Formats: sequence, C-alpha cells, structure tokens
Amino acid sequence: MANPAIELRNITKVFGSIVANKDVNLTVYKGEILSLLGENGSGKTTLMNMISGIYFPDAGQIFIDGQEVVIRSPKDAFDHKIGMIHQHFKLVDRFTAAENIVLGLKEKGKFNIKDVEKKVAEISARYGFEIDPSKKIYEMSVSEKQTVEIIKVLYRGANILILDEPTAVLTPQETEKLFAVIRNMREDGKAIIIITHKLHEVLAVSDKVAVLRKGEYIGTVETKDATESILTEMMVGKKISLNIERSEPKDAVDRLCVEHIDCVSRDGVQILKDISFTARAGEILGIAGIAGSGQRELLESIAGLQKLHSGSIIYHNPKTGAQENLRDKTPTQIRELGVRLSFVPEDRLGMGLVGNMDIIDNMMLRSYRKGKTMFLERKKPRTLAEKIIRDLEVVTPSATTPVRRLSGGNVQKVLVGREISSSPTVLMAAYPVRGLDINSSYLIYNLLNEQKENGAAVIFVGEDLDVLIELCDRILVLSSGRVTGIVDGRTADKNEIGLLMTKAEGGAAE
Amino acid sequence: MISTIASFINAAIIQGIPLLFGSTGEIITEKTGNLNLGIPGIMYVGGISGIIAGYIYEHSTDTPVPLLCILITLAASLFGSALLSFIYAFLTQTLKANQNVTGLALTTFGVGVGNFFGGSLLKLFNESGSISLISTGLAYKTSLPFADKLGLFGKTFLSFGFLAYTAILIALVSSYVLNRTRTGLNLRAIGENPATADAAGINVNRYKYLATIIGGMIAGLGGLYFVMDYTAGAWTNNGFGDRGWLAIAIVIFALWKPKSAIWSSFIFGGLYIICVYIPGLSSSSKELIKMLPYVVTILVLVFISAKKKKEHQPPQSLGLSYFREDR
Amino acid sequence: MNKPEKAAREPLFHIAKRNGIAWWKAWIIRGVAILASLLVCALIIVLLTKQNPLEVYGAMIKGSFGSQRKFWALLQNLAMLLCISLAVTPAFKMKFWNLGAEGQVLFGGLCSMVLMFEIGDRLPNAVLILAMLIASILGGVLWALIPAVFKAKWNTNESLFTLMMNYVAIQLVSFAIMVWVPSGSSVMGVVNASTKAGWLPDLFGKKYLINILIVAILTVVMFVYLRFSKHGYELAVVGESENTARYIGINVKKVIIRTMILSGAVCGLAGFLLVSGTNHTISKDLAGGNGFTAIMVSWLAKFNPLLMVITSFLIVFLQRGAGEIATNFNLNTSIADILTGIIIFFIIGCEFFINYQIKSTKSGKEGK
Repeated sequence: MANPAIELRNITKVFGSIVANKDVNLTVYKGEILSLLGENGSGKTTLMNMISGIYFPDAGQIFIDGQEVVIRSPKDAFDHKIGMIHQHFKLVDRFTAAENIVLGLKEKGKFNIKDVEKKVAEISARYGFEIDPSKKIYEMSVSEKQTVEIIKVLYRGANILILDEPTAVLTPQETEKLFAVIRNMREDGKAIIIITHKLHEVLAVSDKVAVLRKGEYIGTVETKDATESILTEMMVGKKISLNIERSEPKDAVDRLCVEHIDCVSRDGVQILKDISFTARAGEILGIAGIAGSGQRELLESIAGLQKLHSGSIIYHNPKTGAQENLRDKTPTQIRELGVRLSFVPEDRLGMGLVGNMDIIDNMMLRSYRKGKTMFLERKKPRTLAEKIIRDLEVVTPSATTPVRRLSGGNVQKVLVGREISSSPTVLMAAYPVRGLDINSSYLIYNLLNEQKENGAAVIFVGEDLDVLIELCDRILVLSSGRVTGIVDGRTADKNEIGLLMTKAEGGAAE
Repeated sequence: MISTIASFINAAIIQGIPLLFGSTGEIITEKTGNLNLGIPGIMYVGGISGIIAGYIYEHSTDTPVPLLCILITLAASLFGSALLSFIYAFLTQTLKANQNVTGLALTTFGVGVGNFFGGSLLKLFNESGSISLISTGLAYKTSLPFADKLGLFGKTFLSFGFLAYTAILIALVSSYVLNRTRTGLNLRAIGENPATADAAGINVNRYKYLATIIGGMIAGLGGLYFVMDYTAGAWTNNGFGDRGWLAIAIVIFALWKPKSAIWSSFIFGGLYIICVYIPGLSSSSKELIKMLPYVVTILVLVFISAKKKKEHQPPQSLGLSYFREDR
Repeated sequence: MNKPEKAAREPLFHIAKRNGIAWWKAWIIRGVAILASLLVCALIIVLLTKQNPLEVYGAMIKGSFGSQRKFWALLQNLAMLLCISLAVTPAFKMKFWNLGAEGQVLFGGLCSMVLMFEIGDRLPNAVLILAMLIASILGGVLWALIPAVFKAKWNTNESLFTLMMNYVAIQLVSFAIMVWVPSGSSVMGVVNASTKAGWLPDLFGKKYLINILIVAILTVVMFVYLRFSKHGYELAVVGESENTARYIGINVKKVIIRTMILSGAVCGLAGFLLVSGTNHTISKDLAGGNGFTAIMVSWLAKFNPLLMVITSFLIVFLQRGAGEIATNFNLNTSIADILTGIIIFFIIGCEFFINYQIKSTKSGKEGK
C-alpha cells in the first residue's frame, strides 16, 4: 500500500497544566476524506494547528509521504503542501477574490491580476466551484468567502486540505455544494481532513472518522461501519458522576416566557428561529448546543442587547404580578421596569467587566447610577467588592487591583459575584465555568444552586453535558438557532442530548 | 484675460507640487495603516536639510557646479526626511507608541528643526543676512530648454524645474505600484487587515517601515521643492506654512489614490492662490476663500462616512498599531 | 529579529504584553527616559553653543525662575497649556481623538473678540466680560460639537475632521482681522487699550492671576469629574470597551456628544482667557500650537489632571528655558520645539518597556 499522505504519531501538546492533545495518532491517505470528530474543547483545532504550523507539538512525529517532517511555521506547512481553511476567514474585505487568493505569494514573472483570475477560473472549473474572481469580498456571502479560502489553498498547490468546521456557517444547500466540491477534490487525489461535530455530515461525506475526547485520541473507524449512536458514544463517552447537588425546585412558577422569537444578523443570516420556552423560578434551565448555535444571541435578546425580528419575551413580576414584554427594551429600560435581571456574558473581560478598571469600579458597572447626585458612591461598591473577595475567595492583592491582572477563575468570581449581588429574579450565565479549575467550577455551581433556591430563574448555557445533566432541572437543546428539544435533567441521557445537538435543520422535536 | 488664466494655472501647478509630494508620500504611508501626522514636520526637514547641505557646499567653493548642487541637496533632503520617518516607524511600529501622539510630536520636532536651523544657520557660521542659495536655486529652477519657444502653452505647462515633473512621475509610479504589482497588493493588504497579511506570510513590519520611510522621503521632496524652486534657494521661517496639513487633507480628498492626488493637488494649489486672481476681492474675503480647501475636505469626509461605500473608506487599520499576539 | 537556527523550534525571543508592572518600576522607567532625553537635549545644545552643559541648564532655570516677571510668565504659560490639556482629556479618555483643540480655542477666542471689539464700549465691563465668557464657551462647544455629531451619527473619522476644523477657524480669524484692521497689515493691535473694556482685571496687582486661579480650580474640578462623577465613569467605560457600555445600558452616542461638549467648552474657556485675560487681541497663533502640545501633555500624564500639572510644567519649563538659551546665544527660539519633540519621543517610547516585556521563548509560556 502507498504511503499515507500524512501520518501523525503520538502527538502531544500541553498548554500550562491543560493537556490539549495526548498521544494522538492519525493517518490519511491520498484520495481520502477523514472526519475529525469531537466536542468543543476536545482538542481538534489544536491538533490541526500543529499540522498547519501555528503550534509546535511537545512530543510526537509527523510524516508526510512517509518522510518525517518538522513544521515550524505556516510557511513550512505550505512548503509541505498542507493548507488549512480556518473557521474565521482571513480575507481582506476590500480586495477581490483573485487578489485575496494571490496575497503574499511570491510567484515568478510579471504580476497580472488577469492571469490570476484565469487560473482561479481553471481551478473553479476543475472542482466545480462557483465564483467570480473579480468580485469583492465584502459583496460576498459567507459560502462564497469560504470558497475563496479553499481556492486560496488549492492555488498554492495544497495536497492536504484541512477544513475547520466548514459547514458551521452554511445553509444545507450550500453544505451540499461544498460536499460535492470536496468529493471532486478527493477524486483528484487530495487528502482531506474535516473538523466537525455534526454526525450526519460525517456519515454523509467522509471515508473514515477519527474521534477525540477531552484531548485524547479515542480511535478511528471506517464510516461505512459507523452509526450515529456509535459515534456519539465515542464522542461523549460514558457518563461521569460529578456529585453536583441538585435540590427539587420549589414553587416553580413561570418567570420568563420566550415566545416565537426570531433574530436575523446584520449579514442577513437567521440566527434564532422561532424559539419558545419558559424559564421558571426556583429552577435551573440548561441550554445545550454546539458552540455558535445561537446561545449568545438568545441571552443577549433577553438582556436587551439584540434586536429581534419577531416574537415576545414576557417577564412575570413576582412582586406585582404584572407581565412585561422585554422585547426591544434597552438594558436601562428593563432595569427601570423593576426587572432584576442578571447576565454573566461569555466574554468576561470584553463585555461583563472592564479589564483596566479595579474590582471596586467593576462592581459599580451595575449600580453606579444609584443616588441622586452626579457623583459616584464608592462606599457600597467597596463593601461589596470586599465581601465578594472574602466570600468567594478571590485571589487578589487588593480590591483596587485591575481585574485584567487576575487569573481567569478569579475574574469569573468577580463577575458572577457582582451579578448575583442584586438578588436577581432571572440569572443568565453563559459558559460560566469555561477555563476554570475544578474548585472554582464547583464554587460557581454552588452559587447558581443558591440562586435557584432563593427563587431565581436560572438560565445556564454550558458545554459539558455531564455538568448540564447533573446541575440543571431541565435542558433545552439548540441546534442551528432552533430548539430541537427540551429534556428533563434528571432523566436525560447524554447520547440523547448529543443527538439533539447535532440534529439537522427542520427536525424540531417536542 | 487668457494670459491671466494661464498664469493662474501655472501658479496653481506651482502651488500644487509641494502638496502633491506630501500627499503622495502620505498615501503610501497610510496604505499600510500608518496615519503619519508627522508629515508637515517631515516636509520642513526635507526643506531645511537641502538648505543646510546646499549652504555648506556653496560656501566651500567659489564656482558651484549646478549638477553637484542638485545632487548634494537632494541627497541631504532625502536623508533628513528618511531619518524623521524612521523615528516615526520605530516608535509606532517597534515600540508600539500611539500614532497620533507620535505624529504630532514629530511635526513639532520637524517644524522646530526647520525654523531653528533656518533662523540660526548663518549665526552658527558667524555670518549675517538671510539664507539665499543662488546657484542651487538656479539649478533647480532650470526648465526645459524649449519651453520658452512654445508660447503660452510652454509658459503655462512646461516652465517648471525638474522636481515638478518628478512629483507627477512619482505619483504615477506610486499608483502603478500600489494597484498593479504584487508589492502594492501586499502593502494595501497590510493597511486593510494586518492579521490577514501576516497569515499570508507577508512581513508586516518590513513593509510598514519601508512604506513609512519611502513615503516620508517623497513628502520631504515637497519641502525641498518649496525652498529650492519656489523660493529659489531662500529660507523664511514658517514660510512653508500649513501646506503639510493641506497635503494630509488632499489624501482624504483624493480618496487615497495617488493618481487623483495629482489633480487634487493642483485644485488645492489653485484654491490656495485663487484669491490673488479674482479681481476686486477685498483682503478679508480672500481669507474666506483660503478656507475652501479645508471645508471641501470636511465635506468629503462626511460624505464618504455617510455613504459608507467601501471603496472610499480610509484603510481599515489606519491609526492602529499591529501586534501579532493581540489577534 | 533573531532568525531561529534550523534545529531551533521557535524564535528565541518574542514580545509579550505585560500583565502589569509595579507602579514604582513604571516610574523608574519613565524617570530613566526623561533623564536620557535631557542628556540628549544637553548634547544637542552643547554641540550648537559649545558651552558647558551645566551653564546651559543654569540658563534654562534662569529663563523660568530668573525674575518675578519670568516666573509669572511661566505660570501663565503653564496655566494656558494645562487648561487646553484639561479640555482634551475627557475626549481622549473616551478614545475620541480630538486634534481640534487648536481650532476650538481659536474660535472660542474669536467669539470673545467679536463682543470685545464690536460692543466693548456699550456694556458695563462686568456684563461684557460675562457675555464674552459665555460666547467663548458656546463657540468652543460649537466647534467641538460638529465633528462629534458626525462621529456619533456616521462614525466619521474624528481625528481628520477636527484637524481640518482647525484651519477653518484659522481662516475665520484671519478674515475677522482683515475686517477689523482696514490697513491690511494683518496684525491686530491690543483692543480697548484705553478703556480696558473686556479685559479681565488684575488681581492683587498681579496680571494673569485670575487666569492661573481659574485653571487651578478647573484642574481640581476636572480631576473630580473624571474620578468621582457618574459622567466621568461612563466616559471611561465607553473608552475602555463599547461592548461593556452597551451591556450595562450606556447610550454611547449620548456620551460621545456630551463629552465633546465639555471638551469644547473648556477649549472655549481657554480662548476667553487668552483673549480677555492675556493678549487682549487675537491672531491666528492665539493657541500657539498648544492645542497639539496639549494632546501630548494629556497622553504623557495618562489622562490624570493632577499629573498634567507636572507634564505641562516640564514642557513649559523646557520651552521657556530653551527660549532663554536662544536669546543668550542669539539663536532661533525654535530650539524649544526641538527639545520638546525629543523629550516626547523618549517618554512615549519608554511606555513600550512598561507595557511589554521581551521574553526568551524557552522559559515563556504560550497563550491559548
């Protein structure tokens, strides 16, 4: 048998104390499509970044056409004819497709953009792309931009192509076209690796599937022998018991009713489609889903940061019994309605906190308007800061330390501490334990549970299914901006949620 | 009447040449994302460096050779403005200092250097009077030999020293390089999106340094043209005035295109002196007319931001320093 | 940069953002930078004058403190530079690049001068001065508000816009002078020299004392505003992160416009102090480049009004000292600009060593 196009042996990469990849083995032959499957944070992208020269492995070997190679930089990768198409496109908006494609290339001969355009047209014809080489990037749809990225790699003569979550941003029709092109490339003898977590796509397009879980290499199976349930089990693993306490909800009355909301992004892409659910007081509602399925937009819609296309968000005030529609209200207006809504956003230092301000001033973000004078009142925020430092064991030199100097876990304690200090009736937290160590994570779980017992409606967006299942009373599953199911946390099964997360469009359950 | 118009056009071109040097240089610099507000200072230095070198040369010999006059002052001018641009590039690029503050400090410094040496050069050499480099000035003013024979046309369009033609040539070459070559493509990509350019294997640092220095050298020639050709080898403190800022205004007016900078510079040059040519203007209304270039620039700025047409926007990363790890 | 050897895996050095630095270390770095810049300045002066550097610095100190008159002039210059620096600071803290202080001061001053010149003899002095003050402030506000509105509405590039506004103001002043001075000499003499109408009075027999006191009070007010008021807090949040501002419900556009109104008002006040309290005339050099120098003063002081007293003193001291040297050695006073430029280069350059560190890759940890 011929040499594999690329072979990885025992690749290991460690960041600080986190093992991103451990003894990973992978083999791809020419004319073959391999899917690299795994949940968020399973180390897929890190692994591919080592092939494309962005990271350097701590241990292990890489072979290309049977020869051991060292890949130190993206240029080395390019010299070995490896091309990676990143999830975030690296294109110059005001350039044409052709200009982007030749950018940075050092070809011989006189530069003429017309020649480039001709060559791009040739490549397009060969693989079945539809692209106008002289069209500007800013006029293009997402899928056209992706096409430019792929042609860019092919133009440079790549034989090994890595696509990082290529279908995440595409419609089903566009996905079909992309798969057709990928198959054409396979016929042409290219080796292709697709990073993904959509099972049906894996089954539809690939020849082999390699699975990673929490940085470890689980194994490779032939696609023809695989089923969704086999792959899900490989991907999510056996259920691990975490021993998070969960009390029974008391007086679970409706607190926040989201009804049929739709949200369209500025690029015209529909991000949320007809979402309805109810968050109840004294309950933790989990939200599960692949990253980018609309979680952020959903929470921001509720918090008054996202314009909605249609639908309503009804808040039931526990004190007055009044019902208020929060749609199209600004955060200030929502607060003025007497809605005690707290929000721990995903982007802690970019949104929830101001990195260059100290802990006291960050406490004031929510409360600085209080008081009739035009001056700030720093006494209460200082007391609050000191209380949070003491109660949540925030490691900091003092309350006047800029928060950006704190470690990730401590930053999060400050943020969550502030958000729960106003005894919210609705508490939303997006990925509140991301990047946190075990102890800090448990502290956050306990805080959420405390809020639940105090009668808040808690909405928890998480990525670790084990946590969601043990912490939440109910779990809502999002897939491509739709609700594909709402399951009971006490009886839910990991594989069931995994399947709902990857469920294709139009398959709304319930 | 016709001769008035002809002499106006001629004067507009003469006024426009320093602006053209300045704006071409600034366009090249801004295309890599560096908003160099030090250009006015660099233009002063470009002028005074030439003056100093010319002065030393003319005083070292009794019979200055015209060609040597030109070569020596040209080299000194290029060196002076390159040095100043290097300071800008080093501070903003390597030391990641704020572009606005650096640029303004550079202008303070450059104008100071110009006026200081302009005002003290003779004293430093224990002479009195004012600076006047007769031979060098004459050498720079030498126009095409057949210009006089072509009547009004020759007088209007061909009566300039060689630097005037150089300015137009540089603008045309810059336009070609920016739009039609690989170098230009890479350079523009850096100004738009340095992270993308970096990922594509372009040496962002080297391009930014080179563009800033070459742009500065071109702008410096504007100062040299002014002192050597326009004022024929004489220096007056603050004589160059605010032409440096006008050059920056032209960059906006020309929508960052060197070719458009050519006619824009002549229009602005014309607006600069049109008040002299409109008969019956009171001296106060002359001042109002001098306001026109700036008002027009503001209107253009507002217009392009309101229309949001992508082609007309400033380079996207203009004013921001690039640090790879910030990605 | 060092090229890695074939065997080396990654570059030997790389530059990383510091996570923070002890404040005293930062000040040592700045101190070293200032010392180094003073050395370079001394070297340049010595090369030009061939004098003992100590004598040169002696002359500089004399230029600032040599006589009572010089000292008051120093304080007056300091007050004006400080006043304009205070004006630009709130906008900068909000990351709004107001390069138009020069024009805002000038237009504010022009508004004062219009009243002083046109109706100076018809109003009681107190009323006139009050009217001039209000007119100046409104003028400064108008000049700042125009670019701010477009910034808020269409995100029009504010640094280029405000820059152009300077020259519109300059031409308006030139226009006014041409109207007022029929001889066409383009220089306006002292206005109301006999009646002193519209002149700020001397306090305790000291010229400029009112200016100095007003700016001193303003410094404290601005410090309090930025540090302790809700407005100051909001503009700091907008400057740090618009996303956070949105998150907590701050109306970003409103803050931009409000802050620029403040910035323009203080510039207008500076214009009033220059016309009414200092020059009693107007020229297009009214602000004398202080509109630009103020940007550097504010930046060097990290937007802290109290530190600005020190940074503006440093620059005024240099300018006056250099002026003294220039007079003593019969050189051009522009030497002051050269020295100012050099010092600023050193100070903005040294910030790099405060914010970044050069790490060797072997011991360094990678990011994500």
